[in-house]
Amino acid sequence: MAAEPIIHIKDVHKHFGRVQALRGVSLDIFPGEVVVILGPSGSGKSTLLRCINHLEVCNSGQIIVDNIVLKSAENINAVRREVGMVFQQFNLFPHLTVLNNITLAQRVVRKRSPKESEDVAMDLLKRVGLESKWESYPAQLSGGQQQRVAIARALAMNPKIMLFDEPTSALDPEMIKEVLDVMTSLARDGMTMVVVSHEMGFARAAATRCIFMDEGQIVEQGHPDQLFDHPTQDRTRLFLSKVLQS
Amino acid sequence: MPAPKFTKYFGRIFAGREDRSDPSRGKNELKLIPGNELPSQLDAWWWLVAAVAIIIVLLITLQPDPYWHILRFVRDGLAMTLLLTIISFIFTLLVGIIGGLGRIAKNPVIYFISTIYVEVIRGIPLLVQLIWWYFAAPVAIRTFGEWIGFAPLAEYRSNAFVLAVVGLVICYGAYMSEIFRAGIQSIAKGQVEAARSQGMTYMQAMRYVVLPQAFRVVLPPVGNEFIMLIKDTSLVSAVAMADLTRRGREYMAANFNPIETWTMVALLYLIMTLFFTRILVWFEKKKGYEK
Repeated sequence: MAAEPIIHIKDVHKHFGRVQALRGVSLDIFPGEVVVILGPSGSGKSTLLRCINHLEVCNSGQIIVDNIVLKSAENINAVRREVGMVFQQFNLFPHLTVLNNITLAQRVVRKRSPKESEDVAMDLLKRVGLESKWESYPAQLSGGQQQRVAIARALAMNPKIMLFDEPTSALDPEMIKEVLDVMTSLARDGMTMVVVSHEMGFARAAATRCIFMDEGQIVEQGHPDQLFDHPTQDRTRLFLSKVLQS
Repeated sequence: MPAPKFTKYFGRIFAGREDRSDPSRGKNELKLIPGNELPSQLDAWWWLVAAVAIIIVLLITLQPDPYWHILRFVRDGLAMTLLLTIISFIFTLLVGIIGGLGRIAKNPVIYFISTIYVEVIRGIPLLVQLIWWYFAAPVAIRTFGEWIGFAPLAEYRSNAFVLAVVGLVICYGAYMSEIFRAGIQSIAKGQVEAARSQGMTYMQAMRYVVLPQAFRVVLPPVGNEFIMLIKDTSLVSAVAMADLTRRGREYMAANFNPIETWTMVALLYLIMTLFFTRILVWFEKKKGYEK
C-alpha cells in the first residue's frame, strides 16, 4: 500500500445545532482503496463523506485531500475538481440533456472545448452502457439509468477519488444491480472510492476495507470478510444481525 | 337540430380552461418531458383579444367622430406607454435577478441592503415614488452637487422619461426581487451541491444550473408583473409624461367628451393587456415543454 494517504482525516468534529454528528473521527484512506462505510441512520456516515469535499464544513479537526488542506474558497474548488461525488437523489440537472449534464462542468470548470468534452462524455456513457441515451433528458430515464449518468458525470472531471452517498438507496431493487456493476468495475480499475452504502454484497465483492460507524464515531474497521464474519464489537454485531437478517 | 358551432366553440374554450387547472401544469419535471408537448396551436382565449379588437375597429369605422380622432390623438401616448413598459421591464428583470440573489446572499451586508431595499420600496405607493423621483430627486441631486462642488450634478436638468423609468424600475424591481428569490429557493438544494461538487463556483452554479431552472418557475409571476406594469405606467401621467392616460385627459379637456375618450383609452389598455397575456401563455408553454 502506498505510504501517503490521499485522504487524511484527523479528529473531525461536526455538530448541527445541538446535534453532534461527528465526534472525533480520524481516518486515512490510501490511493486505490475502496472503503465502504456502514452504520445506522444518524451515525454520521453521510456527514463524514460530505465533509471530505466540504459540502459540510467541519467544526474542528483537519481534513487533507490530495495534499490540499481544506480552507479557503479557492482550494475547496481545487479539491472538488479532484473528488467526484454521487448522490442518493442523483441530482442530475433536469433542464439539460444527458450529454450536457456530463459536459457542463468539463466546459466551465476544466475549460475543455465542446468537442473534447463531448468525446469524454460519449466514452463514459459507453462505459456505463447508456451511449444511446445521450439526447434524453433525465426525466425520461429510469432511476438506475439516472444514477449511471450521475456516475459518468462525476467521472468526466477525471477525479482521483469518488465519493458515493447511498447511491442505491433511492432505487428500485431491480435497478440496484446495474449501478453496483458500474461501481464494481470502477473499483476493479483502481479508483479510490469511499462509499456510504448498505449493500453488503457490494462491500464483500469490491471493498478493500469496511468501516462501521455509530453515534459519530468509528466503532470498528477491517477487511469486509473479517468485519462481517468476525466483528469484535457488540455494537457492530447487533447492527449486522439486523441488516443481514433482512 | 345539429350541434351548433357555437357550442363546439365554447366547448373548446372550457377545455382550454380545464387544461390550465390540470395539476400537472406547473410541475417542472413533467413539463420537461419532451413528447408531452401541448399542441402548438394558439389557445382559445385569443377570441377575447379578437373581440376587443373588433369593438375598437367597429367604433372607429362606424363613429369616426370622435373615436377615430381620439385614436389619432392618443397614438403617441400609446407608443409612449409601450416604450415605458418595455424599457422599464428589461431593467426590472436585471434589478430583480440582482435583488433576488442579494436576498439569499450569505454575506450579511448584501443581504441587509437588499432586504432594506425590498421592504422600504414595497411599503411606499408607486404614485408617491414616481412623484418623489420627478419633483424631489432633481432638487436633491442639485443640492448635493452644490454641496460637493461638482458642476454636472449642481446643474442637473431633469429628464422626465428617465426619472419615470427609474421610478418604475426601482419599485417593480423590489417585487421582482422577491419573485426571483422564491424561484431560486424553489430549486432543490441538491442541484447546487451537484454543481459545486464538480468544482463550479457559486456564480457558475447559479448561472448554469439554478437560474435556468428558476426562470421556468418564475415565468408566470414575472408575466403577471409585466401586465401590471403596462397598467401602472398610467401613473406617470401624474408627472408630466405624455403617456396614453395623459393624452386621453388632454383630449377630454379639449373636446368635453369623457365617455367616448375614456372608453377608448380603457379599450386600448385592455387590448394591450389581453394581447400580452396571450403572448405570455404561449411563451410559457413553449418554454416549459421545450426540448
